[in-house]
Amino acid sequence: MTTYSQVVQYVITGITIGGIYALIALGFTIIYNTTGIINFAQGEFVMLGGMIAVSLATTGLPLLCAALLSVLLVTAVGLLFERLAIHPLKGASIITLIIITIGASIFLKGVAMLIWGKDAVRLPSFSGDKPFHILGATILPQHLWILGITLSVMLLLHLFFEYTILGKAMRASAANRLAATLVGINVRKMAMCSFALSAAIGAVAGIIISPVTFSSYDVGTMLGLKGFCAAIIGGLGSSPGAILGGFLLGILESLGAGFLSSSYKDATAFCILLTVLFLRPRGILGRP
Amino acid sequence: MFRLNKKLMWLFCLPVLLFVLISGCAKEKKVYKIGAIFAITGPASPLGTPERDTVKLLEDQINQAGGIDGHRLKVIIYDTAGDETKCRMAVKKLIYKDKVLAIIGPSRSGTTLAIIDEVQKAEIPLISCAASIKIVEPVKKWVFKTPQSDVLAVAKIIDYLKERNIDKIAIINVSNPYGISGKEQLDIQAPQAGIQVVAHEEFGQKDPDMTAQLTRIKGTDAQAVICWGTNPGPAIVARNMRQLGMQIPLIQSHGIANKKFIELAGEAAEGVVFPAGRLIVAEELPDSDPQKSLLLKYANDFQQKYGRSADTFGGHAWDALQLVVSALKKAGPDKAKIRDEIENTRNFIGTGGIFNFSPTEHNGLTKEAFVMVTIRDGNWRLLK
Repeated sequence: MTTYSQVVQYVITGITIGGIYALIALGFTIIYNTTGIINFAQGEFVMLGGMIAVSLATTGLPLLCAALLSVLLVTAVGLLFERLAIHPLKGASIITLIIITIGASIFLKGVAMLIWGKDAVRLPSFSGDKPFHILGATILPQHLWILGITLSVMLLLHLFFEYTILGKAMRASAANRLAATLVGINVRKMAMCSFALSAAIGAVAGIIISPVTFSSYDVGTMLGLKGFCAAIIGGLGSSPGAILGGFLLGILESLGAGFLSSSYKDATAFCILLTVLFLRPRGILGRP
Repeated sequence: MFRLNKKLMWLFCLPVLLFVLISGCAKEKKVYKIGAIFAITGPASPLGTPERDTVKLLEDQINQAGGIDGHRLKVIIYDTAGDETKCRMAVKKLIYKDKVLAIIGPSRSGTTLAIIDEVQKAEIPLISCAASIKIVEPVKKWVFKTPQSDVLAVAKIIDYLKERNIDKIAIINVSNPYGISGKEQLDIQAPQAGIQVVAHEEFGQKDPDMTAQLTRIKGTDAQAVICWGTNPGPAIVARNMRQLGMQIPLIQSHGIANKKFIELAGEAAEGVVFPAGRLIVAEELPDSDPQKSLLLKYANDFQQKYGRSADTFGGHAWDALQLVVSALKKAGPDKAKIRDEIENTRNFIGTGGIFNFSPTEHNGLTKEAFVMVTIRDGNWRLLK
């Protein structure tokens, strides 16, 4: 294998994993923008998406139905989470709410462990496992699915925020809460929407990676942290930043594992984070 | 007042004492108490649960057959949750409160190492169900273990490689004590056998993708990949190798000897080779194999009582308890004598192999405790 095709292989791997990081980072961004909260249960939405889809698929439901139902269910979990844990604390400070999300993350993980046990499970690949070759590197059909769905979700989100009333209202409450309230936007309702939307995106991420990397009750923690890293690298609060941060993190991590040392793969991710924070404390595309 | 009380007390206590004495002599011999500590809950519960179930199964069987020389056997089981502190507390309770004759378990190497001081000090025999070679090397007077050490698994793999004339290998291991210990052993034993290690790669326990590491291996002239880890990592390695179109054989460790690996790796599990205890291929063993009948009986009994299949971890507990019981039969309820008996055990047929203990060998197994197994059509097949 030539160095050239090795690089191609690393980059392809990086892009797929990076896409997942980007989706999770987007989930962080949406909630952060509308509420100011950093939702540390974001990784748990990813885990729930994967686990519920696997459970539904094993009952005999077609893959597509299982996936859609799983997204709906996780969205409901996101809604419930906001209604039961965030909404009732009207006057609480942001830091209190962030700590609540950490608690929710531990709670969701515990419940998942009780329901599904500790073993890893796998969703069947969407269209077979036969790899094909591009520029000397090999790639699975599932990788294309991951990339395709990630990009479609991003496009849909863009359209949602630019062209729908609800999307515009969410952006308005992100830009200026007081002004948004003055023009008649129910800012609290927007908070609920942001949780539902983030949960749905997280669930999609969890479903599309399950065939490649498996799901288990504890996959959410590391994925959540990496997604958070990506959001910070890109600049917390910036959607293009979250996407850029996700892909950058995925690709550099994969190149690092390939050319430096696989033992330091996770360290690579956090070194990149530190470097970015030293050079640009607000992230690459962060607002100053 | 005081005197009256004392008299009354005597009047009351004497019949009770007498009753206890008489009934004790007439009805039943003293109960033999053995302690067991397993990680029944917590992250290591896949180990601890079958161990506990096996011990309960054996306890019932032994008592139904009349106990040990007429003495009922009672196994007191505590949960360590795989935690060192809880494990130490459980051991102290077993030794000083329950006053057991011997202890079996714990399930994990870490918890075992944490209680060695305690059992050495209290001079009570311990038969651990954990894998690490550090438990019995250097030899500690009161400490034994039943699972086969990594050293033996590696030795078995090296034999296999030599048979196939493979002399260049790549190692990929999970970065936890299990994976690192396997890698270290391979690094020691491979050069001795004239096998060159051309690549070392590592992956984290929760890593979702190993294509980067495997791409590096693909770039070398390795003739086989040896992967040392427990699920789900090894399954991802198998799948990623398929994806990259790597044709060289994949050899795994005994850490994948459960159905979960086949389920996760799917198609990619086909043709994977690994060393394992004989339990998982008991059906296929030749009838001349001394372990065969015992393994089949254990597997059947377990399946009948619990409705799921027995595994090697339960087997480790089977061996540990049976070793203690057989020593108890010969030595009687004396801790020092039990220890001596265990150390003098020869040709003991267990689920994990044929045990031969000695003052310098407290694991008692050789690499023959392993057989090479491959996966074909989603099932384990003995590799002859």
